[in-house]
Amino acid sequence: MTVEDRVIRIIAEQAMIEPSDVALTDTMQDLGIDSMGLVECIFALEEEFEIEVPFNANEPEKSDFDISSVQTVVAGVEGLIARQKA
Amino acid sequence: MKRVVITGAGTVNALGLTVPDTLEAMREGRCGIGQLAFQDVERLSIQIGAQVHEFDETAHFNRQQLSLYDRFTQFTLIAAREALAQAGLEFSGELAAKSGVVLGNSGGGMTTLDENYRSVYEEGKNRVHPFVVPKLMNNAAASHVSMEFNLKGPSFTVSTACASSNHAMSQAFQMVHGGLAPVMITGGSESMLCFGGVKAWEGLRVMSKDACRPFSANRNGMVQGEGAGVFVFEDYDHARKRGAEILAEVVGFAMTSDASDIVMPSKNGAARAIAGALHDAKLNPQDVGYINAHGTGTAANDKTECAAVADVFGAHADRLMISSTKSMHGHCIGGTGAIELLACIMALRDGVIAPTIGYEEPDPECALDVVPNEAREAKVDVALSNAFAFGGLNSVLALRGV
Repeated sequence: MTVEDRVIRIIAEQAMIEPSDVALTDTMQDLGIDSMGLVECIFALEEEFEIEVPFNANEPEKSDFDISSVQTVVAGVEGLIARQKA
Repeated sequence: MKRVVITGAGTVNALGLTVPDTLEAMREGRCGIGQLAFQDVERLSIQIGAQVHEFDETAHFNRQQLSLYDRFTQFTLIAAREALAQAGLEFSGELAAKSGVVLGNSGGGMTTLDENYRSVYEEGKNRVHPFVVPKLMNNAAASHVSMEFNLKGPSFTVSTACASSNHAMSQAFQMVHGGLAPVMITGGSESMLCFGGVKAWEGLRVMSKDACRPFSANRNGMVQGEGAGVFVFEDYDHARKRGAEILAEVVGFAMTSDASDIVMPSKNGAARAIAGALHDAKLNPQDVGYINAHGTGTAANDKTECAAVADVFGAHADRLMISSTKSMHGHCIGGTGAIELLACIMALRDGVIAPTIGYEEPDPECALDVVPNEAREAKVDVALSNAFAFGGLNSVLALRGV
């Protein structure tokens, strides 16, 4: 499974939908994931990829981790894997 | 002042996953205490408890809910569903705005704490699930009940160790009695049967390794249990108007503090609570037919409690019945008073007195009718429920049949 597939699987599980129903352009809001769900998602990503995601739920827009769409989350995770596991 | 009645009851405990199953077990004098089963149990010197087995949380809650519900919250919600289904109440408009939830609890999400401490201390992990805090906080159960049933009035959790439920129900009673709320959901829950929970109790050296035998001369300590008891306390006129079935009337309560010792019970503090409840309910000692004892099975509690009862009731102490159902469902700590209230309701409604099982040898210091080993049929008009907590905080409730 690619990083993208694994990220989508985690997001889909959180949204309680099938991975095939997740589009890269979807936002968390589109998928019905609220702020608590997002925090749980980030925890699951950290566990899955053994990375530390810089994310503060108080000011998500200022975090160095772009959660504006599934696509940006995938890119963010790929970047963190590259940096933290290099 | 409003009269306060109980129109719904629910429970989960080692004797049963519903009220009817629990009462049947009490009638039969069945024991819910057995070998404990959880991780690292082999490292404990205390191996027994009244654990809830055959409980499948996934049959009641989805994955998302389970990420937020500690076991004590799960027990509470299932008991609340049973109680509210029996009461036949739904909350909207003004009823929802005024009705609330007051629950007793002592350890909070002890299982959640235990699992996460194990993960960060023992396994050296540096990350915990984001919902550890909302899952383990002591008010989680009360909050989830308020959310599931749309209760928007006064809601909170009371923590007074082994008297938590009785203090909670006293508060709920007061709110309905005083007209603040037409309906209050109340009771309590506890789930600390995990390695850390039992290990902590073990340290105090008050636990029995073989059985809970309240009032018996050969008693050797308490046995922990787990579970929840939840009740619907309702304004009598409100209940009558909608034709609700009434299980019993709550007629009074009292709370006292020993102000003396952090663990040793006090005869005087207990006696003042019992006498206070009678006074509050405008009852004569002779009216009381049954007392559900605190009856932990420790040397200190049982003799102190019997002496307090003898002090308050005088000659009538020899005529009333007093039993400890902890011998069957264990000491459910912050939820115990709520589970024990079921025995009071059974006495008033069904005329069946739950026994003190495990009774083997009379103790001259506990020379009361403790309904040894077998349930008994008797007509009872008024029942009391005693709770005397560590910290010297006491609460006694008085119930009357309707």
